[in-house]
Amino acid sequence: MNNAAPTCSPHSHQGHSVSQLMLHVLLACVPGTAALVFFFGYGVLFNLVSLLLMALLSEAAVLRLRRRAVMPALRDLSATVTAVLLALALPPTAPWWLGLIAIFFAIVVGKQLYGGLGYNPFNPAMVGYVVVLISFPVQMTRWLLPQGATDALPGFSEAVTIFFDGELLQGIDAFTGATALDSFRQQQGAQLVSEFRQSSPVMGQWSGLGWEWINVGFLFGGLYLLYKRIIRWHIPATVLLTLGLLALLFHDGGSSASHGSPLMHLFGGATMLGAFFIATDPVTAATTPRGQLVYGALIGIVIYVIRAFGNYPDGVAFAVLLANFAAPLIDTCTQPRTFGHAK
Amino acid sequence: MNTESTNSTKPTNYADIAGKGLWQNNPGLVQLLGLCPLLAVSNSVVNALGLGLATMAVLTGSNLLVSLFRHQLLPAIRLPAFVMLIASLTTCTELVMQAWAWELHQALGIFIPLIVTNCVLLGRAEGFASKHPPLAATFDGLMMGGGFLLVLVIIGTIRELLGTGALFANMHQLLPFASDWTLHPFNPETPFLLAILPPGAFLVLGFLIALKNVIDRKLARSVAAPEDFVPGSKRARVTGQV
Repeated sequence: MNNAAPTCSPHSHQGHSVSQLMLHVLLACVPGTAALVFFFGYGVLFNLVSLLLMALLSEAAVLRLRRRAVMPALRDLSATVTAVLLALALPPTAPWWLGLIAIFFAIVVGKQLYGGLGYNPFNPAMVGYVVVLISFPVQMTRWLLPQGATDALPGFSEAVTIFFDGELLQGIDAFTGATALDSFRQQQGAQLVSEFRQSSPVMGQWSGLGWEWINVGFLFGGLYLLYKRIIRWHIPATVLLTLGLLALLFHDGGSSASHGSPLMHLFGGATMLGAFFIATDPVTAATTPRGQLVYGALIGIVIYVIRAFGNYPDGVAFAVLLANFAAPLIDTCTQPRTFGHAK
Repeated sequence: MNTESTNSTKPTNYADIAGKGLWQNNPGLVQLLGLCPLLAVSNSVVNALGLGLATMAVLTGSNLLVSLFRHQLLPAIRLPAFVMLIASLTTCTELVMQAWAWELHQALGIFIPLIVTNCVLLGRAEGFASKHPPLAATFDGLMMGGGFLLVLVIIGTIRELLGTGALFANMHQLLPFASDWTLHPFNPETPFLLAILPPGAFLVLGFLIALKNVIDRKLARSVAAPEDFVPGSKRARVTGQV
C-alpha cells in the first residue's frame, strides 16, 4: 500500500463500521430481552420476529421506490435495531397489524422519507411507538400480568391467537392487566405505598414485578455498550441522574400521594432501555459533550414530569422525541471552542 | 394595471384558467396557501365540504368585485380595499351559514371568519382579479376555489375514513336531506386516531403533494422530450403563476 497516498481524517479510529456498532447494540439487548421474555412469555418473541421481518421488507420496498441500493442498507443492521427496540416497547399482546403500522411509521415515514439513516431528525423506533400509542390506546395499554403475578402466562397456541386477534381468545382478561407504573398511578391517593405494594399483584420489591429485572438486564447491556465504547457516558448518566434526583426531591417517604421512590423510577418502566439504548441513538441525539449533558438532563426531566404529573404512565418515548426536537439547537449552543480560536 | 391592456385584447383562455386552478397551480397542493384551515378542519367530509364551499363562494365573489372595481382602486390603497371586500363577503357567508347550517357553523367555529385572512383570497385578488375582466376573474375564483375545495374534501375523506372508520357522518349539518348517508366501510372498533388528530392532516397533505408530483413527473416524461425535464428545477412554493 502506498503510504504517501492522501487520506481523509480521522486517521486513528476504532475501525467500527455501522453494522458492527449495530451488532453490539443487538448483543447488548440480549439480557433485557431475555428477562422480558421470561416475565411476559411468547408474545415478546412474536413481536420480535414479526417486526424484524416487516422492518426488513418495508426498508427494502422503500429503498426500491427511492432507487437506492437495497442490500448495503439492509446489511448495516440499522433497520434491525429499530425493529428490535420497537418490539421491546410494544406490549406482548400486540396484534400483528399494530406492529405493521408502527414499523411503517418508523422505517418508511420516520426514517426513509427524511432521507434514510443519518438524516432522520427523530428516533425512528420512538416515532413508530408514539404513532400507535396515540392511535390505539386500548391495544397499547393491554399488558400481560407478569410471570409470578399470575398462575400461567398464555401458552404458545394462546399467544398465537392473541397475535392474530386478541378479541378471539376467550378469557383474555384473565391474562392481562395494567403495568406496575400504570396501576401505581391509578391508585394514587387511595393507599399508602407500602399497603399498595402488598395488595397489588404487579408490584415487586422496588418497582414493578419483573420490571426490576428487565431494567437490570438493560442496565447490564448498557454497561457493556459503555465498556465497548459504543456509547458515551454523558447521555445515560444524566438521564438517570436527573430522573433519580427529581424522584428523590419529590419523594415523601411513601404517602398515598407519593409519586414513587427513586428506585421505582430508575428500575421501572422503560428507564434503562431508554437511557442506554434509545436516547443514545447517534443520529438523533446531541453530539457535543456538553450538549449531551443538556440533552440527557432534558430527557430525565420530561420522563419524571410525565410519570408524576402527566396523563401517561411512562414518558420515555415522548421525552426522547422532544429532546430530538431540541438536539440541533442544543448542539448549536454548546459547540466546543476550536483549538487556537477565541470563543 | 399595466398588464390590463395586453390581457383585454387577447381572448381569455378559460381552459387554461381551469387547468391552473384545479391542477397546475392548485392552492392546496402547489401554492400551499390557506394551509391553516386546510389542515385544521379537514378531519371529516362534512367539515371539509362546508369550509371548502364557503371559501369558494367568498373567493368567487371577491374576485368578481375586485375585478369590477379594478379601475377605481388606487394602487396605494388597493390592499385594504381588497380586504374590505373580502371581509364583507365573509360576513355574508357567515350569516348565511348561521341561518341555514347552524350546527356546521358551530363545528367550524373560528375558521369561517378566518376566511378573511386566507392567503388564497388576497393572492387571487392581487394576482389575477385586479388585472382581468370580471368574467375571467369570476371563473378564476370558481376554479381556484374548486381546487381548494377538492383538496379539502380528499383530505377530509381520507382522514375521516382512517380516523373514525365511517364516511359522510353528520352530512345533515350541511345537506338537510342527507341524514342517513353515514357509511361504515370497515370495522370502526379500532380507528386510526392519529388521522383525525393534527399530525394526520400534515401526513395526508404531504402524501397528496408527493402523489401529485409523481403524476406530474410521469406526464412530463410521456409528453415532453427527455431533455425538457430538468430535475430539481421545480420549487415547492410557486406563487402567482398568472
